[in-house]
Amino acid sequence: MNYVASDLKVVGTRPVRPDGVDKVTGRAVFAADTRAAGMLWGKIKRSPHAHARILSIDTSKAAALPGVKAVVTAADFPDIPSEEAFVGEGPMNFRDLALNVMARSKALYEGHAIAAVAATTQEIADRALELIDVQYEVLPFVIDVEAAMAPDAPILHDDLFTAGVNPKAEKPSNIAKVVTFKKGDVEAGFKDAEVVVEGRYTTQPVHQAYIEPHACLASYQPDGQVSIHASSQGHFMVRAYTAKLLGMDMANIRVNPAEIGGGFGGKTLIYLEPVAVALSKKAGRPVKIQMTREEVFRGSGPTSGATVEVKIGAKKDGTIVAAQQVLKYQAGAFPGSPIGPGCMCGFAMYDLPNVDVVGYDVVSNRPKVAAYRAPGAPITSFAVESAIDDLARKLGMDPLTLREKNAAKNGTKTHYGPVHQNIGFTAVLDAVKAHPHWKTPVKDGQGRGLAVGFWFNIGGESTATVHVNEDGSVTVATGSPDIGGSRASMGMMVAEVLGIDVARVKATVADTASIGFTHLTGGSRVTFATGMAATQAAEKVVDDLKKRAAATWEIPVEAVEWKDGKAYPAGSNAGAFEPLDLAALALKAARTGGPIVAEVSVNAQGAGAGFGAHICDVSVDKETGHVTIERYTAVQDVGRAIHPSYVEGQIQGGAAQGIGWALNEEYIYNAKGQMENPGFLDYRVPVASDVPMIEAVLVEVPNPRHPFGVRGVGEVPIVPPMAAIGNAIKSATGVRMPDLPMSPPKVRAALDAAG
Amino acid sequence: MAKQHVTAVINGEETEFLCETQQTMLDVLRDVIGLTGSKEGCASGDCGACSVIVDGRLVCSCLMLGVEAEGKTITTIEGVADGETLHPVQQKFLEHAALQCGFCTPGLIVAAKALLDENPNPTETEARYWLAGNLCRCTGYDKVIRAVMDAAAVMRGEAAR
Repeated sequence: MNYVASDLKVVGTRPVRPDGVDKVTGRAVFAADTRAAGMLWGKIKRSPHAHARILSIDTSKAAALPGVKAVVTAADFPDIPSEEAFVGEGPMNFRDLALNVMARSKALYEGHAIAAVAATTQEIADRALELIDVQYEVLPFVIDVEAAMAPDAPILHDDLFTAGVNPKAEKPSNIAKVVTFKKGDVEAGFKDAEVVVEGRYTTQPVHQAYIEPHACLASYQPDGQVSIHASSQGHFMVRAYTAKLLGMDMANIRVNPAEIGGGFGGKTLIYLEPVAVALSKKAGRPVKIQMTREEVFRGSGPTSGATVEVKIGAKKDGTIVAAQQVLKYQAGAFPGSPIGPGCMCGFAMYDLPNVDVVGYDVVSNRPKVAAYRAPGAPITSFAVESAIDDLARKLGMDPLTLREKNAAKNGTKTHYGPVHQNIGFTAVLDAVKAHPHWKTPVKDGQGRGLAVGFWFNIGGESTATVHVNEDGSVTVATGSPDIGGSRASMGMMVAEVLGIDVARVKATVADTASIGFTHLTGGSRVTFATGMAATQAAEKVVDDLKKRAAATWEIPVEAVEWKDGKAYPAGSNAGAFEPLDLAALALKAARTGGPIVAEVSVNAQGAGAGFGAHICDVSVDKETGHVTIERYTAVQDVGRAIHPSYVEGQIQGGAAQGIGWALNEEYIYNAKGQMENPGFLDYRVPVASDVPMIEAVLVEVPNPRHPFGVRGVGEVPIVPPMAAIGNAIKSATGVRMPDLPMSPPKVRAALDAAG
Repeated sequence: MAKQHVTAVINGEETEFLCETQQTMLDVLRDVIGLTGSKEGCASGDCGACSVIVDGRLVCSCLMLGVEAEGKTITTIEGVADGETLHPVQQKFLEHAALQCGFCTPGLIVAAKALLDENPNPTETEARYWLAGNLCRCTGYDKVIRAVMDAAAVMRGEAAR
């Protein structure tokens, strides 16, 4: 059924989330809060070198330390072959993941795991790490993406040959892959152009910086069964990776989804679980591992840093006739940067006749990148949206008008193939135009910037179960870890279908042994895909309840209708019966067919793409180079907001992360290739006093492929901020900042250089 | 070295515990006493997820030793509500959807309570600077600040609970 045009009672309201009280009282159990009888503490020894051959590892002294119960190295894990994995978000090779979890012959970045211990106390475990003697042959290293592409660069992997080139590569390279997209004839387009803008932009790797460090508790039983409590964006993902890396049957691994303290894509792969299981197996006791913040920075995430060249040509009336991009994305130590989406998202907002995009996926001696909110899109959009702003200035055209003129619409064929359908970009631009922020003149001394952004959003596999309990209350279980309030939206959609008060519905996240397979929480898929499964399960329950009412009344099921949580006889011909509510039907369940429950698994298709436009006013302190965000408005097509507060929250949070990416966040490496700022004091994420209120404007263009019109909302909001801020700085100062972060020293230097 | 015996009032309750001299108050709360509401986000005093109130003063419990608790009165997130009655800050966090993942939430609520204990009528800017020691990566702080300002109004009797 489709409810887009229905009069809805629950969807669109703002109830308190079911897990709310647990979280404001400190009761919620995150992975690090779990304990088990006889539990040991696991710790990981990490490489101090950016690039080194591991000559030997002597663990004997560590193993002999009283209190140490197990020590493991790569020798304790199967040496698995190269195999593409379709488990997480984006491409992954099982062998790369295994080598990232525990280095085998080489350490590929400072922070790469080399060995691990389990001991009775954290302090003993720390001392044991120091007693592990690793002999290294230190190798030349490379950090920067373009340096890694140079012909004489130190090579990370002898077996890595550039894919996507013709003729086939004969020498190993740090360029893992070349991706190209072409539409029309870009050279002819530039010949036709009357105005051309060009730019070269760089972005820094930024960490997802979830406040909860990675943690897990694993217990290996003598019969080979394993229980894991993990903080992740997908407990089925944890199970799949752990099983593969340890050569175990999935049926022997049960992963319990602990509450997750933020992920943003960074918890769509694993670091600790196979290590904890291996330690637990060896020690015969449960093992907990939790990363320190320093380990999180040195050993996990971030997203790519990049160099992006962009060139755009237009007619004098603003019609863009040619667009070209060259993108070089850092993958970290193993292939797999989000170069694909990077190549697609930059120009996806526009209707362009001639496009040429080339992207490079490049390894270097830094932590393997992980997904980060709209992976790849913010980087490419920083370049494109800065260039579009330059184009507007060169044409003397309003930047909103220029975007309106070239905006993608339904039916626009993208340069990467698909045709846009059911998109709300025009409605977003209309909302910008009508918004008081856009209409209010810029204050003296300030500058205003506008930028737009795109993200695909995804669907995929999800399972949901709806149980009508014996008293008529309802339990919903899904396989989607709740990362930002999805239990609330699941309960609301189910309550809407059942026609009952949302307070009577409680949603939970079931473990891997208790619910059907569900792809991880990522790609803004949960409210869309898992919501679709939950909605359909609730509909099946309604069908079942109608049958039971029909049987009770001994009338045909067609003569029963379901309304406001009750079965009614449909019209006077059906007979005169008192309506039966959920509690009444639940009471009779044993006599009408047994438990009232429905499980639905879907492979949801038709995730609606999302578009956003951000307006930002800044002031720039010319003495210090400090940029203050004075006002910020984020407009986005959200399809249908199930719980508007949490949709706004996604937009506000995404924008704030973008502000950090724009203004402060970066990795600082020393001459040895070691990160010098692996803590929140020196890696500066935005704090409350750094940002203003962020106005989230929800534009609702329903996605017809979802019963309630949902489209993903979590990723789009991190796409526009960097360019919106850069364009605002340009407006305020006349200076274009092509290199992130636009931190005070860089802004000051740029102002000085401009005189 | 032998463990130290410490007596403190924690969430209104006289509490005795044994701890290593080098153990932080955060580790004592989480691993010795079993109060896991206070979170470790950084262990360096930069994220505020472990915030507690010690003798009326807001403290990062990761920067305090367990032995320093001797004779002190400590409120953790588990002691902010009065039985079944949530503190106005907790209630407003729920109503304003001021949490997403909920990991920084205990620290933010303890810090906000400490602010309102000291300054019942903060400006938005004062609230933002007071809470600048509590990192939240999910919300962008907008709803957090609204919740705190609304809770302040409730506590002053100017708004409904």
